Amino acid sequence: MAPILETKNLTMQFGGLTAVDNINFKVNSGEIVALIGPNGAGKTTFFNCVTGVYTPTSGDIFIAPNKTSPQRINGLKPNKVTEKGLARTFQNIRLFQNMTVLENVMIGRHIKLKSGLLGAIFRPKATMDEEQKVIQDSYDILTELGLEQYVNELAKNLPYGAQRRLEIARAMGTEPALLLLDEPAAGMNPQETKELDEMIVKIRDVNKISILLIEHDMSLVMSISEKIFVVDYGKLIAEGSPDEIKQNPDVIKAYLGDEDA
Amino acid sequence: MSDILKYFTVKEMKKSLVMSLWFMILTFPIMVIKVNTIEDTVVWRWGNLIGIGIGAFFMSTLWRYLLERKNMQSPLSDKKTLQIRVMDWANENPKAKTTALIAVGAFMAAFPFLTSMYQTSIMTTALMYIVLGLGLNIVVGLGGLLHLGYAAFYAVGAYTYALLNYHFGLSFWICLPIGAGLATVMGILLAIPVLRLRGDYLAIVTLGFGEVIRIILENWNDFSFGPSGIANIPRPGFFGMSMKLQTATIYIYFIMIAMVIFTIFVVRRLENSRMGRAWIAMREDEIASESMGIDITKSKITTFALGAFWAGMVGVIFAAKTTFINPASFTLWESVMILCVVVIGGMGSIFGVVIGALILILLPEYLRAFSEYRMLMFGAILVIMMVFRPGGIISNIRKKYKFEPTQNSAESSKEGV
Amino acid sequence: MDLSYFFELFVGGLTRGSIYALIALGYTMVYGIIKLINFAHGEIYMIGAFTALIIASVLSFTGMNPVLIFLIASVLAIFFSAAYGVTMEKIAYTPLRGSQRLSALISAIGMSMFLQNYVLLAQTSDFLPFPELVPDFKFLKPVEHLISSTSFLILITTAIVMVLLTYLIKFTRTGKAMRATSQDAKMAQLLGINISRIITITFIIGSSTAALGGVLISTHIGQLNFYIGFIAGIKAFVAAVLGGIGSIPGAVLGSFVLGWTESFGTGYISSDYEDVFAFLFLIIILIFRPSGILGRPENKKV
Repeated sequence: MAPILETKNLTMQFGGLTAVDNINFKVNSGEIVALIGPNGAGKTTFFNCVTGVYTPTSGDIFIAPNKTSPQRINGLKPNKVTEKGLARTFQNIRLFQNMTVLENVMIGRHIKLKSGLLGAIFRPKATMDEEQKVIQDSYDILTELGLEQYVNELAKNLPYGAQRRLEIARAMGTEPALLLLDEPAAGMNPQETKELDEMIVKIRDVNKISILLIEHDMSLVMSISEKIFVVDYGKLIAEGSPDEIKQNPDVIKAYLGDEDA
Repeated sequence: MSDILKYFTVKEMKKSLVMSLWFMILTFPIMVIKVNTIEDTVVWRWGNLIGIGIGAFFMSTLWRYLLERKNMQSPLSDKKTLQIRVMDWANENPKAKTTALIAVGAFMAAFPFLTSMYQTSIMTTALMYIVLGLGLNIVVGLGGLLHLGYAAFYAVGAYTYALLNYHFGLSFWICLPIGAGLATVMGILLAIPVLRLRGDYLAIVTLGFGEVIRIILENWNDFSFGPSGIANIPRPGFFGMSMKLQTATIYIYFIMIAMVIFTIFVVRRLENSRMGRAWIAMREDEIASESMGIDITKSKITTFALGAFWAGMVGVIFAAKTTFINPASFTLWESVMILCVVVIGGMGSIFGVVIGALILILLPEYLRAFSEYRMLMFGAILVIMMVFRPGGIISNIRKKYKFEPTQNSAESSKEGV
Repeated sequence: MDLSYFFELFVGGLTRGSIYALIALGYTMVYGIIKLINFAHGEIYMIGAFTALIIASVLSFTGMNPVLIFLIASVLAIFFSAAYGVTMEKIAYTPLRGSQRLSALISAIGMSMFLQNYVLLAQTSDFLPFPELVPDFKFLKPVEHLISSTSFLILITTAIVMVLLTYLIKFTRTGKAMRATSQDAKMAQLLGINISRIITITFIIGSSTAALGGVLISTHIGQLNFYIGFIAGIKAFVAAVLGGIGSIPGAVLGSFVLGWTESFGTGYISSDYEDVFAFLFLIIILIFRPSGILGRPENKKV
């Protein structure tokens, strides 16, 4: 079976700077994969290439959601990539601040709905049913992530940890085959982080969503990921199981080097 | 309010005094000296200096007080605003709400019969600005796109009726949809090239677009009759009956009332629809909304098109109401005026826009003595609004949904901040 | 083709471009530092011109030497414009730092309306003739049909201002701090740069050059009213965008390009559509090269 996400020789340059350098990368269906590396190693740029925010300079990105045959998604706009079954969260929380928590998830459901201008004005039964369903579906997602008490709260008024979870809930609204989490644990305390880890595993097991997450804190991802890719200066320097990564001399060097700086 | 007293300590008074002196120096040449280089006269207006000094002293105190108060308010504070309390009360007393609505409706229906023709005409203008404001609100308030060329679409509607009537004798009711349609097409045509532009560039390009349309109308005499405009545009007909001026004025008033109801009905439904949510998401964060699967291109084009639609429609009515149009009615300041309605009333809020239009149009009419200060006041209000209350008089409150049984209504209303 | 007519239009464009450049500098510098289009910048230019007019008229009653009057009026115009610029920044922009861009833009539009109507109400809506203070330069006699004394003065002043400003930005401590702030304000602040001070300085410089432009164009054209700032401001903004907003050489280049476009456009095509050229030019540039002629393309930050 084809991997759900695969990049071949993916490269992204900004002027003279090569932020992502020739990366070959793979996520198989049902896996939790982590992409780690020191700050500025090119992890987020990699994410942005995959999700269509940037068009990569060279190389290919293929996705094969739900056991379909692989399709190349280079240069697709972010909304098209999302329609194909990839959804993401943002490192620096980018919620729709002045919309309610429920509406944030409803935006996630946007691509699954059909009603347009005339539907909105005339409100035929189809639109009303659809609307009723999206409210219920969004509420269910919120319940699953333990956010139901905030339904009608504006996103900006949520506590920090809840905002991070809402980012995930919103992305889950798009019913992705692969969920890309950009430093989901950033700024969380150990207790919150532990809950988050459990939640991620649950999303994979219950919702059957494959997960790709970025973290630069190594110890954090060791517990949940099955495979880890390590990047440094835009290059892939190691890949393997958590145990293999722990003992990899290149990885140790990259991290110690980072601490020296 | 009592905490304002602490601004009258010596230290604070000193600060205010410094500001007062600063403004006296700052405004000295322009406020005190008045020259006339044609007649070579100079007038010294020392009274203004004293006025500025005293005014600046108190204004700076008030300014610091308000600024501190604003900074102290935490976004999470439980304190309910007056607006929320009124809304809660209305939700708990549906009967009172209905009564109030009926009262307003009855007042509006009786208005032209209780007042003079002049009053009716002014109220019609206010109603026109409500619709224009609601139209622009789709672009600015919901879509978050600063549009400074809105008057151009208004002009498209007005000229459509005036010219089609002049050349082909087409009637008001036929031109109403044509004007709205043409404006919508123009909206789409403008939206396409500006899709990729960032917020501030968009403001300038739409401003430029508005000015280009006006300059063309002013100079292309063969097409638009230039600055002298088009006169003798017929008022709307009623099954071919001719009406006296007074009847016609009342008739247009009721057309506008119907239009306002129609607009509010449509905009209310749009606001809480799939499409409306996509617009608001785009306003909140373009990149995030795109990553959630929203087609930004489509969202931008629809906001521009729909915004233009209302402007075109009101344009036709405007031409029919005044029976004379020329390019001077569609300047940049007209666009800014409509923007003021939206901003002062409350961006994104329908009720806010209604209030904004009523205040901005009716107040200056009834305060004739201050009419020359109108634009000065509007300018100051825009700044003050943005500094102290960026959400406008009536802030937009998102729809709340109820869920059983985990949620009880008392709890959900408490959470509404 | 009539070469002398061509040259006349060329100098006309150059003069126009110089004035645009003096205003555009303020736009581009302010944009570089606080990422805000200061819509009210044109009003500062108008206030500079008005202040000079008022002071020159008062002084002319004393029978002072016109050149001296011109110098005093210019210096005071610069002083007052700078003061207005700083005050405006403190009232309308400082409290909005960190809020939505839309709010700051609307605040700027409000400020522009306010200042325009302030001058209208405190002074007059009529066009006032600006006293003739600049003497005819004798050495320009042979070419006076091509370049007037005031045009010459405008060109020279603009050139001097550009050199001074380039020196300031490139080689002084303040200039370095300004460049650092425009690159990354947060980082600059962490490194101990006083952002508020830099913003104030930026407004002072921008307002001063605008005032200079206002005084010079008023002596050149010979009259002014409260509305001159608005159109000139918008045009200068177009010039700044043409060149690449945030870039100082870009602002100058864009100003000359716009000056020539308008001059040749009105000279050879039609003077009715003078303002249309500027806007069409802007729209075309923004569609095909949104970062302007010399601007660097901006990367989306995610």
